[in-house]
Amino acid sequence: MRVKSWHSKIFWEIWAPVLLVAIWWFASADSASFYFPALSTIAVEFKRLWLFAQVPTEIWPSLQRLLIGFVLAVVAGISLGLILGLQTRLERALRPLIEFLRATPGVALLPIMMLLFGIGTTMKVSIIVLVTVWPILLNTIDGVRSTDPVLRDVATTYHVSFAHRIRYIVLPNAAPQIFAGARTALAIGMVAMVISEMVGTPGGIGYFILNAQRAFDIPAMWTGIIALGILGYLLNKLFGVLERRILAWHYGMMAHQQGGGA
Amino acid sequence: MTALQPEIRSTEVVLEAKGLGHAYGSHTVLRGLDFTVGKGEFLCIVGPSGAGKTTLLQCLTGLRAPAEGQVFFEGAPVKGTPRGLSVVFQDYSRSLMPWLKVIDNVTLPLRSAGVPKAERQEVAMQALSEVGLADSTQSYPWQLSGGMQQRVAIARALAFRPTAIVMDEPFASVDAQTRADLEDLVLHVRHHLGITVLLVTHDIDEAVYLADTVLVLSGKPAGVAALIPVNLPTPRDQLATKALPAFADLRAQVYTLIRRTAAPPELKLAQ
Repeated sequence: MRVKSWHSKIFWEIWAPVLLVAIWWFASADSASFYFPALSTIAVEFKRLWLFAQVPTEIWPSLQRLLIGFVLAVVAGISLGLILGLQTRLERALRPLIEFLRATPGVALLPIMMLLFGIGTTMKVSIIVLVTVWPILLNTIDGVRSTDPVLRDVATTYHVSFAHRIRYIVLPNAAPQIFAGARTALAIGMVAMVISEMVGTPGGIGYFILNAQRAFDIPAMWTGIIALGILGYLLNKLFGVLERRILAWHYGMMAHQQGGGA
Repeated sequence: MTALQPEIRSTEVVLEAKGLGHAYGSHTVLRGLDFTVGKGEFLCIVGPSGAGKTTLLQCLTGLRAPAEGQVFFEGAPVKGTPRGLSVVFQDYSRSLMPWLKVIDNVTLPLRSAGVPKAERQEVAMQALSEVGLADSTQSYPWQLSGGMQQRVAIARALAFRPTAIVMDEPFASVDAQTRADLEDLVLHVRHHLGITVLLVTHDIDEAVYLADTVLVLSGKPAGVAALIPVNLPTPRDQLATKALPAFADLRAQVYTLIRRTAAPPELKLAQ
């Protein structure tokens, strides 16, 4: 039952989007509405703009900022999470502050970030880092703290060095939770990316969507939204592939346990 | 097989407890333990659940500093786990790293010890062959049965090239047949490599079957009720040894000691 053929996998992946597109297509076929043009009109625009004329000018800058911000957040979140996860007392002292900062919507800091960093790339990347670092940080702390005390005793009695404890015990143990946090971070990072582009210097999908709307080029606006959706979907898929590869042991173990014995 | 027979083992002391005692707050768990484990000796510590076996083990392995007395390993006072002492933990599913393959679980301590890659692979392969797992080195622990996982833990202990191995109820979570196999494996490895073994168990049969000496732990706070030499013929055999009248006598002797000191609850209330 668990081993599905590839075509059935693909079917379950695409049936809902295909159905939705079909409904949209026919429902909007003879649309006279200015704001909701026919999907066929949008499709023509989409092909003209995004396959692949604007990829280097709009998508690439967006993607670059998102990836730089995300990677910085991953590095900062894991490093800080390691320290706080290992230093229980420090973590307890800083917990309220972290909870407060996390609960503050990062995009609310846009105005101050614009004052500090201007409206260019620095501001946009900073906002992305500021928004995405929290789920990674908090999940890393939890993951580090969930290290089994028996493994700690193993490390102690076998004189496993501090660096090796981190590399071979603490981090792998926390990895499933770190990945879960990073996945959330990636999704909200896209939101931060779009919003920062809407208020900042030209370039990027967010800017394109807002600019098209302001120029009353409604079909173009719709194509931007669709392109954004596709980008998000692809990034999430890519992340999933990476996760499955790095956490192969984790998925293997879970499948093994659910399968019930050897 | 160059078996190191218990009769001819040296009188050199590997592990020694002197006036060992421990308390958690005002609750005293262990009091006045004095015993030695000679080189090549197989000592089983047997006692009922809650007799302080785990605390004793933590003190002996340097995981916990005792409140009273001292532990010596090869003559030196124990502060932290001594090199030359390997520990096998009770719960194999928690003591092995599920993200590391069998071979990597075994080599990790060697990696930290700075053993070069080729050498640690070789040592690990030897240890894994010793426990009969030469074919499973590339598996993950969770792909193996419980008994095999505990063998990996034993191989990890052996690969560390210890003088002594301390085992904390190592066979408590496997089925009876696997348990018997693992007992014989430990006996074989011990004879083959001449290693000192200290094994904690609550199972009297297991203690008598494996040991050269059985240390009966009982009372509250727990102390050494008796050190019983086990002069059963070697090599031991699951059927023949356990059928000997001497086995039954020793078993009864240990059981009596444990029952005498572990007072039933209603008697405790009267104290």
